[in-house]
Amino acid sequence: MSTAQESAASPRLRELGLDREDALQMYRNMLITRGVEERGHILFRQGKIPGSFYTGRGNEAAAVGAAFAMHAEDWGTPLHRDMGVHITRGIEPWRIFAQYMGRADGPTQGKDGNVHLADARLGLIAMVSHLPAMLPVAVGCALAFRIRGEQDRCAFAWSGEGATARGDFHEGVNLAAVRNLPCVFIIDNNQWAYSTPNDLSYNTQRAAERANGYGIPGITVDGTDVLEVFEAIKAARERAVSGQGPSVVECLTLRMEGHAVHDDAFYVPKEKFDEYAEKDPVERFRTWLMQNVAFSEDEDEAIRTSVKRLLTEALEKAEASPMPDPATATEGLFASPEELDNPHH
Amino acid sequence: MAEKTYLQAISDGLRQEMERDERVYLIGEDIGVFGGAFKVTQGLQEQFGEWRVIDSPLSETAIVAACTGSAIVGMRPVAEMQFADFVSCAWDHLTTVSAKQRYRAGTAIPMVVRLPCGGGFSGGPFHSQMYDGYFAHCPGLKLALPSTPEDAKGMIVEAIRDPNPVLFFEHKHLYRRVKGEVPDELYSTPFGKARVAREGTDVTVVAWSAMVWTALDAAEELAKEGISVEVIDLRTIAPLDFESVAASVARTSKAVVLYEDTRTLGFGAEIAARIADELFESLDGPVKRIASADVPIPFSPPLEKAVLPQVEDVVREVRELANW
Repeated sequence: MSTAQESAASPRLRELGLDREDALQMYRNMLITRGVEERGHILFRQGKIPGSFYTGRGNEAAAVGAAFAMHAEDWGTPLHRDMGVHITRGIEPWRIFAQYMGRADGPTQGKDGNVHLADARLGLIAMVSHLPAMLPVAVGCALAFRIRGEQDRCAFAWSGEGATARGDFHEGVNLAAVRNLPCVFIIDNNQWAYSTPNDLSYNTQRAAERANGYGIPGITVDGTDVLEVFEAIKAARERAVSGQGPSVVECLTLRMEGHAVHDDAFYVPKEKFDEYAEKDPVERFRTWLMQNVAFSEDEDEAIRTSVKRLLTEALEKAEASPMPDPATATEGLFASPEELDNPHH
Repeated sequence: MAEKTYLQAISDGLRQEMERDERVYLIGEDIGVFGGAFKVTQGLQEQFGEWRVIDSPLSETAIVAACTGSAIVGMRPVAEMQFADFVSCAWDHLTTVSAKQRYRAGTAIPMVVRLPCGGGFSGGPFHSQMYDGYFAHCPGLKLALPSTPEDAKGMIVEAIRDPNPVLFFEHKHLYRRVKGEVPDELYSTPFGKARVAREGTDVTVVAWSAMVWTALDAAEELAKEGISVEVIDLRTIAPLDFESVAASVARTSKAVVLYEDTRTLGFGAEIAARIADELFESLDGPVKRIASADVPIPFSPPLEKAVLPQVEDVVREVRELANW
């Protein structure tokens, strides 16, 4: 780090326990996240992605900020707007493209599609379509940490605001609360559950107020501000691992595209899109970096170029991956005993 | 070796495996302080503490989902549904997540869900059901249904050690009614290997769980008439040991499938179909099914008796087939 950059290191970062490199890493992860999904869109239009296609545009800061607060030994259950979590935990982008296209080298080897993926070696568990079915699974991870008396491990459970209406949310949060488990509940509130607006999903002012019913804290943060998200999730994690129990962090964003590619989101007022376009998470953080840590156009260009190269190479590698052998369709239903020899089991 | 009830055998298996492997923990409603609605887990919280025998809120989904999550990060969970009937509240999780995770995401889920199941004691429509058919239809789950105390102990241990989600159907009507010699030491009974519960030459009766005893009682009756019945106890229906069924039917040339689940699309229907399909050349008569009527299990004793397969039903059907 040059002297000029050092002197420009922001008090805000220091307060968060981050350095300039961390901030640039966050920015890079947000760019990769957006880039993966933008290229996915192109692949879909090219007819290379079977089925449908989903993105988390507008949720990059919420996902990256939260994942940045996770520790290496933590576990989480991110959902379909949380590509930034997979990226931050270190998944290789080419495997995501392979997954999108139903190739043999995707994390699910063509058995499942789109964002239904995770690399367990990175402490993540692959989502299912039923939301938030994975939330109480994360609670199970937290329960394991508690049973074993592991002092500095935390589980992160994601849910959309729409999914907070389901019983899985209630049962999972309640169990974590009564047992004071080391767990953080993140609600990605992008204001529409498919076409259902918030006032038809829940009857509180904020989704985070649901926490009150379980006797745990719930706060709402601006999900377009990566540092604000990081700060809140970091605090929630510290609370959880210090024995004070779980809490809810609601990240308020706007889903900037339809539920999936077929949906043009006509039901979202144009002014809403305009309002959130003004605080695009990636642009917003880029501006912040320039104003606070002397981030230069040259540096930005260098990062963007490296991300572009990463994704171009990733796409080439994914396209070289074969389609799965039809014979594998009936394989892999049951695990063999040796599979329990891996570190996390 | 000592004589134990079916219930005590399960309890011993849990206790001994928990002593051997500290990753094993139990979770369910009223299983700790109270020892479980049927007392299968009595004394275990005292021995292992409240974090290895966990009293959960009334939340079947959270119970099984917590098993999935904790299994992925290194535990060996055993859940108890207070009654098998209540697993309907956890259906979504078991069939959507637990059963499919290995296939689609490559993650092994070593977990057990204990299901006190079955009728015969006026439990009524919500405390008597035999859910094996529903779950046998879902790829990715193993289904263990022991009939004897010796198997109950060995199979609960095998269930815990299996790297997959196992539904362990323990028949409530056998809990205290059935006793048998059970080895004192810890052992496991492999899945997918049927047992010849009684040898015979005229008719094969294929059964599992409590229906094995119904078949054995019927076989005893029929022996007096000179009809020799072979009873096959499947022990697990997923995996299914169809080879043992085939070997027996090849010897007797006549088959009856006896199951406690409702008749239409119960797992016995699949076995009957496979016998008809794969053993047609061996058969000297139609493949018969004896099962519960296609209604909920009623409460009042004469009604329940009319719905669940009885010894006399088996005697009648087997006699008719023997004389075919």
